[in-house]
Amino acid sequence: MKLKQLAFGVATAITAATAAQAADTITVVSWGGAYTKSQVEAYHKPWMAKTGNTIISEDYNGGLSEVKSQVEAGNVKWNVVDVEYSDAVRGCDEGLLEPIDHSVLPAAPDGTSAADDFIAGALPECAVSNIVWSTIFAYDTSKTSGVEGIADFFDLEKFPGKRGIRKNPKANLEMALMADGVPAAEVYDLLSTPEGVDRAFAKLDSIKSEVVWWEAGAQPPQLLADGEVVMTTAYNGRIFNAAAGEGQPFEVNWDGQILDFDLWVIPKGAPNMEATMDFIAFSTDTQRLADQATWIAYGPARKSSGALVGLYNDGKTEMAPHMPTAEANLANALVNDFEFWADNQDELNERFNAWLAL
Amino acid sequence: MSDTAPSPVLAADGTPLKARLARAMFRRKLDAFLLVSPLLIFLAVFFISPIGWFLAKGFHDDLFATEMPNTTAALADWDGSTEPTEAQYAALVQDLVETRKKKTIGKVATRVNRELSGARSLFTSSARRAARLEAPFKDSLVAVKKKWADIEVWQAMKAASRTFTVGYYANALDRKQLADGSIVMQPEQRRIHVKLFLRTLEISLQVTVYCLLLGYPIAYLLATLPNRTSNLLMILVLLPFWTSILVRTTAWIAMLQSQGVLNDLFVFFGVAADEARFSMIYNKLGTLIAMTHILLPFMVLPLYSVMKGIPPSYVRAAKSLGATNWTAFWRVYAPQTVPGIGAGAILVFIVAIGYYITPALVGGQDGQMISNFIDFHMRRSLNWNLAAALGTVLLGVVLILYWVYDRIVGIDNMKLG
Repeated sequence: MKLKQLAFGVATAITAATAAQAADTITVVSWGGAYTKSQVEAYHKPWMAKTGNTIISEDYNGGLSEVKSQVEAGNVKWNVVDVEYSDAVRGCDEGLLEPIDHSVLPAAPDGTSAADDFIAGALPECAVSNIVWSTIFAYDTSKTSGVEGIADFFDLEKFPGKRGIRKNPKANLEMALMADGVPAAEVYDLLSTPEGVDRAFAKLDSIKSEVVWWEAGAQPPQLLADGEVVMTTAYNGRIFNAAAGEGQPFEVNWDGQILDFDLWVIPKGAPNMEATMDFIAFSTDTQRLADQATWIAYGPARKSSGALVGLYNDGKTEMAPHMPTAEANLANALVNDFEFWADNQDELNERFNAWLAL
Repeated sequence: MSDTAPSPVLAADGTPLKARLARAMFRRKLDAFLLVSPLLIFLAVFFISPIGWFLAKGFHDDLFATEMPNTTAALADWDGSTEPTEAQYAALVQDLVETRKKKTIGKVATRVNRELSGARSLFTSSARRAARLEAPFKDSLVAVKKKWADIEVWQAMKAASRTFTVGYYANALDRKQLADGSIVMQPEQRRIHVKLFLRTLEISLQVTVYCLLLGYPIAYLLATLPNRTSNLLMILVLLPFWTSILVRTTAWIAMLQSQGVLNDLFVFFGVAADEARFSMIYNKLGTLIAMTHILLPFMVLPLYSVMKGIPPSYVRAAKSLGATNWTAFWRVYAPQTVPGIGAGAILVFIVAIGYYITPALVGGQDGQMISNFIDFHMRRSLNWNLAAALGTVLLGVVLILYWVYDRIVGIDNMKLG
């Protein structure tokens, strides 16, 4: 009798477990902080409510190393990863990422196909863009005023004090050249020559003694708030959130901004492909991308989302002027050249590291 | 006076005692072996094999040879100085078509890019059109991209085609292997690793010395105070020891930054002007301070346990025989603590030499150590081969230092408790 009861109990337990298994669980990995929060609010929560699936949200610090180790070990735990453009291209080249069929992405509300609706270049072979972000420089208006453009960031005489800069040649070399008077359109041509690289490093040299290097996106607003630096380069959304969300007196200067995409990619051999693709298609539809912009000042990668972008989630700040893609902010802007970086990043990283250590 | 051989001693059941003994010994050895076998398997699987695999990665790289077999064969006898031949171009085109089909061209391009910057796009863009190319391949390939006529590209491919290469070790030591196999120095602006190895040793040595200077009096105090007080003080040593390294490092950032606690005090007491605050963090000084604090318990604990075992009567005896305090300490007490110093110093030094997180957070630009670069090549540049070579050099340095240490201090003199 007892044995029968036990068997019955076990059987029920197994049935219950299989029933629970029917809903999929996927792991979505992103950069953390205010940015991940915007994705959780705009993508994860509505998708989970709609499908009954579960999303585990993890943070990482960029780069492809975790993806590479998971793929090479044949034990892929991540389903969707938010990466930078050059990593999306490189990971695709190296066979670390699943190719994505862009035809499954939903069309815009007016019927424009996804291929036409996304900004040019936003759909490389193995990825789907969700936002346009930019590297800008910012300062604390309660302590600094009269900043005009990128040249002032490199001007220690006019604005003495420490500068926060990302510990990475990407964006810094371009900004250095623009501060040195090179028009945005000529930056990458010049950087492809040894003289151009020398010139960029010479410009960085002029402020090297006053630099505080940062690595994670959450650091620059902190450095500004602590008064550790007078000005800092940063991701525009982080500064916006510190200003609009926490009331910090920070101001973004858009001169010499460097635009870039953030993209979803799928590591090769990820489990639950169906749910994974469903999530990617869902999260990059017109409404979802526009929703995300109510949580952080990154521009949607779809043209049709632009009109739907409204107020910040505090209910009073208009988001449009804070977008990197806003007309007024594009005056002297540069779009990151992924091809240039995929080609030259090894050498420039090495040179940058050697320059740092000197 | 018998001339027959002595008959073997027999056990009760008639078998020779010697055989029974051997069997019993074997059983005991087997038992012992079975007891430690989980640990042995664990070590082999999770410790020795990954290290071995990684050591191998430093000099073994068969990516190019596997993916581009025809080119590799065509380059085998090429000495790197003559113009590449039509046959070599043909082999290259054939491989480009194949890798494009297999979608491995990106891997190959990345590999060659390590030898020659800018080669990546040359490979990927040419591979897209390789299938439509016709003989003569030299002319048609150069028509796609002028760079293919450049002998540099061929030298880079030659370097990449070596399955067993010293290139990564050369790079780890700021040298470079050319296509003809000779090794030359890197250009000045890319020499960095040797400098970093030396800096790593210097920082570790400094941290060890500071830990000893700070830890010795603390350990002495702990060992000589009455138990009740010393137990209380011991908590002060152990509490930070049990606290996360990340928390302690962050605490130092709060203490030392220019708007931090210490600088505020300096300004308050007029030691520093408000606009000329000291920069004590995001540089080497910050690394030294934070690392010394974090590694201090590794020095105090072995010293304490050794000092605890030294009978106080020795020093008293020395004094009763007329020694001054200093002589009694220096000639009687200090020599007995040498095993503790040895243990503490080697613990701190070897932990410090591989330190990574603290320099990463507070090191700024001149407080970085070689482990930060190993991390960089693991996580960012994905050049695991170079990371492996750097790691192996570091391991080699540690082993050499350990050998020197053994010769000078003697590892038997080390005492942890």
